[in-house]
Amino acid sequence: MAIDLKEKLVSSFMAFENRVNIDDPVHEIRVGAMKNFEARGFPTNKEEAWKYTSLRKLEKTNFSVFPKKSKTLGYKDVKNHFLHEIDTYKIVFVDGVFSSNLSETTHEGVDVCLMSSALTKPMYRQLIELYFNKAASKEEHLTSLNTAFSKEGAYIYIPKNKAPLKPIEIVHFATGKEASLMLQPRNLVIAEENAELQIIESHFSLTDNEILTNAVTEIFAAENAIVDYYKVQNDRHTSSLIDNTYIAQKSKSTVRVHTFSFGGKLTRNNLNFYQHGSHIDSTLKGVTIIGEKQHVDHHTLVHHQQPDSESHQDYKGIYGEKSTGVFNGKIIVDKIAQKTNAFQQNNNILISDKATINTKPQLEIFADDVKCSHGCTIGQLDEDAMFYLQSRGIPKKEATALLMYAFTDDVMSSVRIPELKNRINNLIAEKLGVKMGFDL
Amino acid sequence: MAYTEEELKKELETKEYEYGFYTDIESDTLPKGLNEDIVIAISKKKEEPGWMTAWRLQAFQAWKQMEEPEWANVQYKKPDFQDISYYSAPNKKPKYDSLDEVDPELLDTFKRLGISIDEQKKLAGVAVDIVMDSVSVATTFKATLAEKGIIFCSISEAIKEHPELVKKYLGTVVPQKDNYYAALNSAVFSDGSFCYIPKGVRCPMELSTYFRINQAGTGQFERTLVIADEGSYVSYLEGCTAPSRDENQLHAAVVELIALDDAEIKYSTVQNWFPGDKEGHGGVYNFVTKRGLCERNAKISWTQVETGSAITWKYPSCVLKGDNSIGEFYSIAVTNNYQQADTGTKMIHLGKNTRSTIISKGISAGQSQNSYRGLVQVNSRAENARNFSQCDSLLMGNNCGAHTFPYIEAKNKSAQIEHEATTSKIGEDQIFYCNQRGIDTEKAIALIVNGFSKEVLNKLPMEFAVEAQKLLEISLEGSVG
Repeated sequence: MAIDLKEKLVSSFMAFENRVNIDDPVHEIRVGAMKNFEARGFPTNKEEAWKYTSLRKLEKTNFSVFPKKSKTLGYKDVKNHFLHEIDTYKIVFVDGVFSSNLSETTHEGVDVCLMSSALTKPMYRQLIELYFNKAASKEEHLTSLNTAFSKEGAYIYIPKNKAPLKPIEIVHFATGKEASLMLQPRNLVIAEENAELQIIESHFSLTDNEILTNAVTEIFAAENAIVDYYKVQNDRHTSSLIDNTYIAQKSKSTVRVHTFSFGGKLTRNNLNFYQHGSHIDSTLKGVTIIGEKQHVDHHTLVHHQQPDSESHQDYKGIYGEKSTGVFNGKIIVDKIAQKTNAFQQNNNILISDKATINTKPQLEIFADDVKCSHGCTIGQLDEDAMFYLQSRGIPKKEATALLMYAFTDDVMSSVRIPELKNRINNLIAEKLGVKMGFDL
Repeated sequence: MAYTEEELKKELETKEYEYGFYTDIESDTLPKGLNEDIVIAISKKKEEPGWMTAWRLQAFQAWKQMEEPEWANVQYKKPDFQDISYYSAPNKKPKYDSLDEVDPELLDTFKRLGISIDEQKKLAGVAVDIVMDSVSVATTFKATLAEKGIIFCSISEAIKEHPELVKKYLGTVVPQKDNYYAALNSAVFSDGSFCYIPKGVRCPMELSTYFRINQAGTGQFERTLVIADEGSYVSYLEGCTAPSRDENQLHAAVVELIALDDAEIKYSTVQNWFPGDKEGHGGVYNFVTKRGLCERNAKISWTQVETGSAITWKYPSCVLKGDNSIGEFYSIAVTNNYQQADTGTKMIHLGKNTRSTIISKGISAGQSQNSYRGLVQVNSRAENARNFSQCDSLLMGNNCGAHTFPYIEAKNKSAQIEHEATTSKIGEDQIFYCNQRGIDTEKAIALIVNGFSKEVLNKLPMEFAVEAQKLLEISLEGSVG
């Protein structure tokens, strides 16, 4: 019998209702979202936003929606998956379930804790009412699906003028207890006025069993807040990730999102920035290096709704073997958003004849006094530069790697945690199959 | 073969007869609506051979299965396809008896475009006696073309006279089922031009509207087929800088270009159909499918200046099938008032070492919306494909919009693709500088817009370029806020 994931999810919703408090006002939101998902189903290639990414295969997989009790992991087993060189707060989930022994949460001055407690405890109610599902799309299929099943994830609240002492890591492990598992983490990040924080999010599968993660993260940055969000996507080639991020910014806030996509079978990033004030800075950067039959799709949206703001986008991609890369960047400048500066850059290198890149940098501009530009290139490494390096005794492989490092530098240079930068550089080296010292 | 005045006279007489034929039928216009009988009737009226009727019917069947596309970034009230008459004989009776009756605003525009009185009469639909001047030009044209073996006639004539060529090429670049409007056009096309340039022939003159004015009116479903045989060259001009007050609201034309090995086709368009009034009422819907096929070493170059129509939906494309073939697209799209344009190009790289260049300039003013939509596709066997695209938008006033939708798909590692786009407005300092030197603001804007569009204007044939420049000026008049 053919499996239909949509039907399975729709029927699972009733079982899900037994596990949550259905009298909670949040549940109304869930029910509404479920209705939308039921009506819309999974997106198909006929929809413009999903033209180049197909979920057909995933829809035919029999994913378990509720993980049975999971394996406990010892810190030693997974130490290397953390940014262990420095001290961090950690919110760790194993098969979607919070792991208290691996985590390090806090309530001292700031809240770094769990979505499940934020959604249920009365002390958070006011904030949940104010922020939960306020930035996320009510229309988008997969976001609705996540909203319907929203229960667990990271909850981070930074009050006015505060900054956590150390970066926050959100890590998801899949232990492979289930043959195939679907996870739907829901994160909420609230940075009040003048708050500052850094978040690193990553997903790891510990076995080759299939994983589908459909995550939604909402980030609210109030006046003058600074949020740095790093997404490290370096999972096994049996896992798929659909990552929806919605960011609402107020005046003078800065939000920077860096996405590093190296792993996974299918990765889809929906990154949406909504600027609700002036003098906002939004930065979206990404490095994608993939091979085999991997598929990475970056969909970005920056909606300039008020005057005098800026956005910077820079995505670099290196595509080998039979991989496919998609970039669709959309910038909308509203009529009143005069003096907007919006920049978008997408550079790609194809290193295999079987690799494909589809890119669509899109501008929709309704204001006249703006500076908007986008650039997009698809090309190869500079032959002269290659020759130069080789003529100085650097082997071809290393020379290629060096040039690729240079290619990604625009993105790497704005990573503000040196240890993370180092780690990502090493990941890139690993991806390119070279050994290089990167203790910068 | 010498072409004498006698022959010319005879030709003109036959032409009259051509028209006369239509009047013989009870009504000049077919009843409203579209069904198989109408398609057959159109074909019959045009005295087409059976294969052509079958071809039209095939297209009609396809059209019935299709849905009107909605992806374009334009909003309009959809035409009711059953409320249109798909065939009306070219208007034989002049609309006016003398120029004095013509809308003075229209005449003023003519004057400023520098169009001669005789031509003005023609364009405005005033009764014209045989003007020796322009007819003799036409005659010389015909003689020279015939000498070189060039076939240039209406497509209906070609269907009758050169069925082997039409059969071989019609629908090969734009298949009947290509898209909704192409299917509609294939089923009901009224007339259009046919051009064949034999092997190794360089067409000595621009095949242009000047010549075509003398031909029958082509109606709202125009079909053009240009074939450049091996090693030949032709430059083809379509349209006219003068504003045409066309009554037909829906225009769905299809243009097919075929450039065989080593051939080159240069196709220039100036489109200035009625854009609707200042409040956005009326205006022409222009849904055009234009595509060219390049064989080995061939080159197709599209140049367009789009200033008219309420809705423009047009993507002149190149299929670069042969190795070393070249595709070019140069476009200026101006929208003012409530006009909406969704225009761009497709460059499909199939052969090795294929190259394409896209230069698109969009200027939006008033309440208009101007979109660039383009596709650059490099297929896996298209080694060393090269593309450069540049789309610049200029916004005037804060009620208009400029949009860019470039699709880039590469499947070959040796592909080199660059895309650049900018959106900006005319700098206050630029205007100030001009004012300072005694150039008033309106003139200054015209100057800056001309500079902005220079790269494209340069690609137009000489006399066209001058007119196009003036046209830009007129289109943007009153848009200074």
